[in-house]
Amino acid sequence: MATVTLTDIRKTFGSTEVIHGVDIDIADGEFVVIVGPSGCGKSTLLRMVAGLETVTSGEVRIGGQRVNEREPMDRDIAMVFQNYALYPHMSVFDNMAYGLKIAGRSKAEIATRVGEAAKLLQLEPYLDRRPRELSGGQRQRVAMGRAIVRKPAVFLFDEPLSNLDAKLRVQMRLEIKQLQRRLGVTSLYVTHDQVEAMTLADRMIVMNAGVADQIGPPLEVYANPRTEFVASFIGSPPMNFLPLDVAGEVAPGAARLGVRPEHMRITPTDPRLTAEVKYAEALGAETLVHVALPDGTMATVRQSAGELQPEEGASVGLGWDAGDQILFDAKGVAV
Amino acid sequence: MEKRVTFKGIWLPLLLVLPQMFITAVFFFYPAGQAVWQSLFIPDPFGLSMQFVGLGNFEYLLTNSYYRASFVTTAIFSVLVTLVSMGVALYLAVLADRLIKGSGVYRTLLIWPYAIAPAVAGVLWLFMFNTRVGIVTWYLGTLGYDWNHVLNGGEAMGLVVVASAWGRISYNFLFFLAGLQAIPRSVIEAAAIDGAHFWTRFRTIVWPLLSPTTFFLLVVNVVYAFFETFGVIHTITSGGPQQSTTILVYKVYSDGFVGQDLGSSAAQSVILLLIVGALTIIQFKFIERRVHY
Repeated sequence: MATVTLTDIRKTFGSTEVIHGVDIDIADGEFVVIVGPSGCGKSTLLRMVAGLETVTSGEVRIGGQRVNEREPMDRDIAMVFQNYALYPHMSVFDNMAYGLKIAGRSKAEIATRVGEAAKLLQLEPYLDRRPRELSGGQRQRVAMGRAIVRKPAVFLFDEPLSNLDAKLRVQMRLEIKQLQRRLGVTSLYVTHDQVEAMTLADRMIVMNAGVADQIGPPLEVYANPRTEFVASFIGSPPMNFLPLDVAGEVAPGAARLGVRPEHMRITPTDPRLTAEVKYAEALGAETLVHVALPDGTMATVRQSAGELQPEEGASVGLGWDAGDQILFDAKGVAV
Repeated sequence: MEKRVTFKGIWLPLLLVLPQMFITAVFFFYPAGQAVWQSLFIPDPFGLSMQFVGLGNFEYLLTNSYYRASFVTTAIFSVLVTLVSMGVALYLAVLADRLIKGSGVYRTLLIWPYAIAPAVAGVLWLFMFNTRVGIVTWYLGTLGYDWNHVLNGGEAMGLVVVASAWGRISYNFLFFLAGLQAIPRSVIEAAAIDGAHFWTRFRTIVWPLLSPTTFFLLVVNVVYAFFETFGVIHTITSGGPQQSTTILVYKVYSDGFVGQDLGSSAAQSVILLLIVGALTIIQFKFIERRVHY
């Protein structure tokens, strides 16, 4: 159990700076998710915490101790990799026992601890198998088991679910969350999937091009995105952005207006603007209606299934509550 | 899903394998058959007549102390060549694998020796170690060491081993490097996080994952040491001094073409044939079991 503190972390590859000063404070036992698109530097950040990449400048502290110069093995961390990184020539048992054997634990202790982890992860029937004889979800569990048997102070997850199919991903997501709750180990989790971030995180960090755009609890980030990037990245379908003049709004310093699809409604009475329905996607529980505004900007309206579906090509009125709109300035920062 | 080409008749497939069969027959079955046939005879000194002796040639060989000594020489030679060439190659490959800058140049330079014919490599090493004008000999002399592989059997063996292994290092290096790079980076990183330092990682992760490559190279290198080192030995020592570098293949040549004892030479060829067969079977049967995947 430990806190993790990153202070003004920067990383340069050659002459290109890819991470431009990130500060993060992770409390003991907290589950923090770093989310961002490919190439935003989130994995690099995680690897710097793990000690797999050098830190160009700034400081990484684990449990209050500066660890910049420490080898990965001396940082008291465990990591789950995207491709699981299991040792292909070892049985499941040996995979999980590897770290303990190196640490020189007694055979009895190793057997107990691996047994406990296997029970927790329902891996007991598979202890003698090789990784290639397991399914994707089972391999994922072994990778988790390898991390938990060592009882590290910090768990690091590098996109652990992205190699699984959609259904399994949802299931494993829940398992990871429950496991982390039960063990109470400080966790740092990297993903490009905003749903994973929303569901897992105590707090999430939205990264964009080497900068942490926003740090906060998922719902807080969802409700009050600090930048247009955060607003568009978190939430699916993304927030609608309307030019101010089209929206008929006057606000000094603002350039665009953002409204979540679920806050926008198709209304015949007192519409704020009119738009043409391009097409509608009925998803069962809800329907996504895509409309074109007078200036050509596309917007999405999320309707529940019971609502009346407009016909394609129809002209409809759009409305929303002023309290649900967020104004952004020309640089994309919320005003 | 089976992707098998099926032919209607028997003639087209036969025609298609015919070129390969022809080559195998002319360059393998015919000479091998000749060797087996000749090993049962003793020709007279002028090559005009042959006398059938049954297994006499083999009987003579197996009781001949020179022939038995050649066995030991071959064993020592091939073990040393394989160990040296694979050991050095693995060491260099591990270094190259860790290298980030300039690895292209490093690799290219290491591959060059492979392009040199064994006989030429032999001559190169012979010049360097020449007892009168060799630069290494001269240098060893200044250090107080009197190098003379023409008189000293141990030094002769050392020299042919080094010369044979040298050209082979490039080949082994390429395979080891490819093998190392095929190991996923994240597996190594996982081991590092699990607490394994470089040497432990190498012993418990890299070496086992490299074992298919190692096994393949082991087979190839032993066969190389047995059969393809003739040029090196011929140019450097001609099997001497006092047969100390006469490996089995060289003895086939020297007894047959120099000593004109064709019956014995043929018998030795047959024995070699059996050894290679046995060696391959043993290697695949026993060593493969310990290879992972």
